[in-house]
Amino acid sequence: MEKRRAYALLWQWRASSRPLSSNHRSLLPNSLLTSRSSDSGSMFNFGRSFTSLSSFTEQQRQSFQQLLNILIDRRVLHQGTFLRSSNLPVRFYGSAPVERSASFSEINTKDITYFKSILRENNVIQDPDRLQPANTDWMHKYQGSSKLMLLPRTTEEVSHIMRYCNSRHLAIVPQGGNTGLVGGSVPVFDEVIVNVSQMNKIISFDKVSGILVCEAGCILENLESFLDNEGFVMPLDLGAKGSCQIGGNVSTNAGGLRLLLVQHLHENSSVGLEAVSANGTVMDMLGILRKDNTGYDLKHLFIGSEGSLGIVTKVSILTPPKLSATNLAFLACKDYLSCQKLLFKARRKLGEVLSAFEFLDSHAMDAVLNNLEGVRNPLPPAVHNFYVLIETTGSDESYDRERLDTFLFRLMESGLILDGVVAQDINQVSSFWRIREGIPEALMKFGAVYKYDLSLPLEKMYDLVDEMRARLGNPVKVVGYGHLGDSNLHLNITSPQYNDDILAQIEPFVYEWTSKHRGSISAEHGIGLMKANKLYYSKSPEVVQLMVSIKRLMDPNGILNPYKVLPHCLSANN
Amino acid sequence: MKIMVAIKRVVDYAVKIRVKPDKSGVETKNVKMSMNPFCEIALEEALRIKEAGLASEVVAVSMGSAQCVDTLRTSLAMGADRAIHVESMSDRLYPLNVAKLLKALVDVENPGLLILGKQAIDDDCNQTGQMVAGLLKWPQGTFASKVVLDKEKQTATVDREVDGGIETLSLDLPAIITTDLRLNQPRYATLPNIMKAKSKPIKKVTPEELNVQIRSDLDVVEVSEPPKRKAGVILSSVDELIGKLKNEARVI
Ligand SMILES: Cc1cc2nc3c(=O)[nH]c(=O)nc-3n(C[C@H](O)[C@H](O)[C@H](O)COP(=O)(O)OP(=O)(O)OC[C@H]3O[C@@H](n4cnc5c(N)ncnc54)[C@H](O)[C@@H]3O)c2cc1C
Repeated sequence: MEKRRAYALLWQWRASSRPLSSNHRSLLPNSLLTSRSSDSGSMFNFGRSFTSLSSFTEQQRQSFQQLLNILIDRRVLHQGTFLRSSNLPVRFYGSAPVERSASFSEINTKDITYFKSILRENNVIQDPDRLQPANTDWMHKYQGSSKLMLLPRTTEEVSHIMRYCNSRHLAIVPQGGNTGLVGGSVPVFDEVIVNVSQMNKIISFDKVSGILVCEAGCILENLESFLDNEGFVMPLDLGAKGSCQIGGNVSTNAGGLRLLLVQHLHENSSVGLEAVSANGTVMDMLGILRKDNTGYDLKHLFIGSEGSLGIVTKVSILTPPKLSATNLAFLACKDYLSCQKLLFKARRKLGEVLSAFEFLDSHAMDAVLNNLEGVRNPLPPAVHNFYVLIETTGSDESYDRERLDTFLFRLMESGLILDGVVAQDINQVSSFWRIREGIPEALMKFGAVYKYDLSLPLEKMYDLVDEMRARLGNPVKVVGYGHLGDSNLHLNITSPQYNDDILAQIEPFVYEWTSKHRGSISAEHGIGLMKANKLYYSKSPEVVQLMVSIKRLMDPNGILNPYKVLPHCLSANN
Repeated sequence: MKIMVAIKRVVDYAVKIRVKPDKSGVETKNVKMSMNPFCEIALEEALRIKEAGLASEVVAVSMGSAQCVDTLRTSLAMGADRAIHVESMSDRLYPLNVAKLLKALVDVENPGLLILGKQAIDDDCNQTGQMVAGLLKWPQGTFASKVVLDKEKQTATVDREVDGGIETLSLDLPAIITTDLRLNQPRYATLPNIMKAKSKPIKKVTPEELNVQIRSDLDVVEVSEPPKRKAGVILSSVDELIGKLKNEARVI
């Protein structure tokens, strides 16, 4: 059986369908150097598998070593990319220049001494090499210059930190896996980074109700493998699962790939949390009951508040039982209209087993095929205009499969589907998902990426991509993909470098266009720094004003994630 | 020339294996089953030979429970022309029994080539190909990483990955080939081919009809899990590491 895992790895590598984790960027170094979790999940078996190569031929052994080297290289590469000047002017593409608020103090040695007295000494990080990645966001678009990162291990420690920072007027940025895409998770200036990654324990799991209670620093993928062993699944899944933390997911109200099947975090009847407010008060809003109607349901304030109202320290979440039968089809369509029709029909014919409906255009496909190692075109040799992934999840594999096949045959005959493949095993499932999940990573290789995550009426959605393409011309690449099942478009525009002229062509056009069509300027990534001044495109002045009042009430000194979420002209420090 | 390909249904390689509580074997209930990856490669090779005009028909065969039909359906969707299912509920389908069944099928079908995976990822036996070659008295090219057929000479040239290099063999047909990982990259099942596969025939036979007795020539005493790996610890300094290496691990 050990050998089986080794084959699995070799196999996976040879077919190279997927890097060893969906997001190797930060999972990799850790899991190679330590074993973060039990030995579930492909990465965690690495050590075991590697020792069992004795039955391999010399050539295979060498290949395996090569694989290992590639992985190690990547790690170095990623560290390397962080090596750039930290003295950049604080001017972020995609947002107006921001100035550091004079109301915040600067860190002094007494502060450090205090933090060392309440935390373990090695959880008070001042080492520039360790601060560098925490100061840089996933897209390398935002760069802070924090001199201090704190890694609390308990809610009490978080509470002490907050109380102290509040009294000292020290600004804080709560950080999770730092995979956020709107510049919310990195400091803008010298805010203290508070990362709960050390709070990564699973507190309880109730098999009868399916309610999981865990600390906020648990990595999504680790929760997934824990639940997998128990026969349950996490109600959310995203490409960043190897790095992002459940606290970050809740704080950004992350949606993701399987929203069709499972509920939005706001609708998850048992999502609850424990959070620490700006003055250090611990608020227990953990839900372990499915029904609870007692007063204001304040946990909703924290879901999606992007660290601006408190630090989430624990999370409870209702998890559905795992349904073993997953089927996945990767299909080609000639135009966007066909994709829409396909969704309409899939909803009717596949109904309750339809668990994901994603689309990508030919430009996204090109990017993945050219920029990601080992990805292969499932429908060679042509590149079609549009691709759709349809996933069904149910309890009866053959029955669901039959139903999907019949559905697909009919639509292929009618010409709505041009071509398609249906995954025959889990490896193929991962290879097809890898294409969709790998798009953000593939686009990064073009240089700068301007990302817009929009909710738009389904029929209008792709018009924006066409319009942007016409507007921007060559050599800028305009790519459209997203969660069609949720009317959620990811409009991504890439150019070799971030460039003001290109930006001026994109913004405010994209926001105005979205607003005109009554869409949302942030379907799921949030507001962060990137869109703080754009909130009015999607929310009325009265609503924004109420948000500001709530923020002032809960964080009078404005220390929590300043410059983010709310328009700068209204923030507490102005 | 006809090519026969042996197909085994196994626990999907991506599934985490769980040992049954009584240690009698591996849990297969409610577990995703798929085609053995090496068998997929065997089938792909057969299809390529046929597409190159060197064979006229590809027949996929599988032994085991009724669900083997699903796996055979996949092989038809990949492009096999027809399939044969030897239905047996026996838990004794060990390599020698399977080799006997394969020999019986070969006697009926008379293929010019029998291609198998070098091993199945569930029991890791790596025996069936060799045994059936012995029973048939056919030449064998195991662990093939390259196969070239010569129609006129009726030979197959097979490259084998051996320690430190490649061994090239020439076999007279009919022959047995078992496939290694690097031989080819199997194709996906496309919708049109899945559609076609629905109407391709799967013939069912029993071991009795083939005059093969499924005998138990060995017993599985126990199946157990590998020892659990201990969790690692993160150390804060090189000094701490040196201390541990000295005092706990005692390696320096
Ligand atoms: C490859 C990739 C794919 C993605 N796909 C999706 C997708 O499909 N759907 C989707 O919705 N999003 C997606 N995202 C973005 C998504 O928002 C994040 O990946 C994730 O939800 C953030 O979790 P994190 O732990 O990395 O948080 P971070 O990035 O560290 O932080 C995000 C925000 O939450 C705050 N925060 C983090 N932890 C806490 C805490 N404990 N308490 C209070 N505030 C906190 C931060 O201050 C910040 O404002 C994707 C990102 C990447 C890189």
